[in-house]
Amino acid sequence: MKNDIPGTVIFDGAQAMKGYALNKMCYSFNAKANREAFLADEEAYMKQYGLNEIQAAAIRSRNVLQLIAAGGNAYFLGKFAGIFGLDMQDIGAQQTGMTKDAFKAKLVAANQQA
Amino acid sequence: MAKIVGAITTSHVPAIGGAIHKGLQDAPYWKPFFDAFPPVRQWLAEVQPDVIVVVYNDHGLNFFLDKMPTFSVGAAPQYTSEDEGWGIPTQPPFAGHPALSWHLIESLVDQEFDITSCQEMLVDHAFTLPMALLYPDANWPVKVVPVCINTVQAPMPSAKRCFKLGQALHRAIESWPGDEKVVILGTGGLSHQLDGERAGFINKPFDLAFMDSLAKDPAWATQFSAYDLVEKTGTQGVELVMWLTTRAALGDKAVERFRNYHLPISNTASGVMLFEPA
Repeated sequence: MKNDIPGTVIFDGAQAMKGYALNKMCYSFNAKANREAFLADEEAYMKQYGLNEIQAAAIRSRNVLQLIAAGGNAYFLGKFAGIFGLDMQDIGAQQTGMTKDAFKAKLVAANQQA
Repeated sequence: MAKIVGAITTSHVPAIGGAIHKGLQDAPYWKPFFDAFPPVRQWLAEVQPDVIVVVYNDHGLNFFLDKMPTFSVGAAPQYTSEDEGWGIPTQPPFAGHPALSWHLIESLVDQEFDITSCQEMLVDHAFTLPMALLYPDANWPVKVVPVCINTVQAPMPSAKRCFKLGQALHRAIESWPGDEKVVILGTGGLSHQLDGERAGFINKPFDLAFMDSLAKDPAWATQFSAYDLVEKTGTQGVELVMWLTTRAALGDKAVERFRNYHLPISNTASGVMLFEPA
């Protein structure tokens, strides 16, 4: 499958291999006890799941585009973002470099599409 | 024999769960979305289905990347939900219909859809929230059969393949010897993209063309590849294949009874439709 849509990473086999450890850690956040363990000792938790340095740095920075580049899948990353109470407009604003209000306004403006 | 009495399609945005929990149905932001449901509930009250077959996509609650089935069917006596990592309110358990599930599994495999059967299956917001929208008291008067389609990881099944799955599902349900009345519920979409610099992408003209196609030319969307659908509807807009599967499961001819389209709900263009067999 082509993967050349601007601003878009289609999560394919290459991404799934690259991001396996990162996504596995984020999948563990389905359980509250694991979210608490992560918050109690982030570095130890990442080590337990075998994140590489690029993935660990992306987690430390809470930077969604870096997490995607490191192989993160949107649905699993959502569970990571959830730990910090971020909603989809927070995440959208961060990825597009907009303020949250500007991002929300962009969504509303889609009503004007002919 | 079992009878398919209708099909409902709806978006399943997680934020709907928070809005229900906080009682925001009449708030200005939410009212244009929630107002779609009283007519659908009225129809359900008249039709009184016994079973709802829910066509949806899991978002990393039941399936991880270690094993990722393209098509799976639940065969559990009961299905439960969890908070999915971000604290979404859970719903009361749903009663399954294992005998019907196994009939569907056997029929689908007979029809060369080699699906994965699941005797344990957690159901996520894509299943629970549409059910909560249809039955707000969460006192489910129906049994359920989950049909899950992978949209987490490419390669995803094509729109054409999903349409054929829906047709096979139609034959499977209609060949069940029980006398249950069955509704197909398809959840997801419409256009939206959560990830990447393209986050916030919405394509209203495509959404409306797709909705228009479902009654009069239901196979219209089968012309698009999975790649085309990402380009035209966003990385998560591909969930419209749940609608397509559902519409195909209803049968060849259908009449549209109701629709709603409103954007944005969270980052998503939301849609609701109700069809009956023609």
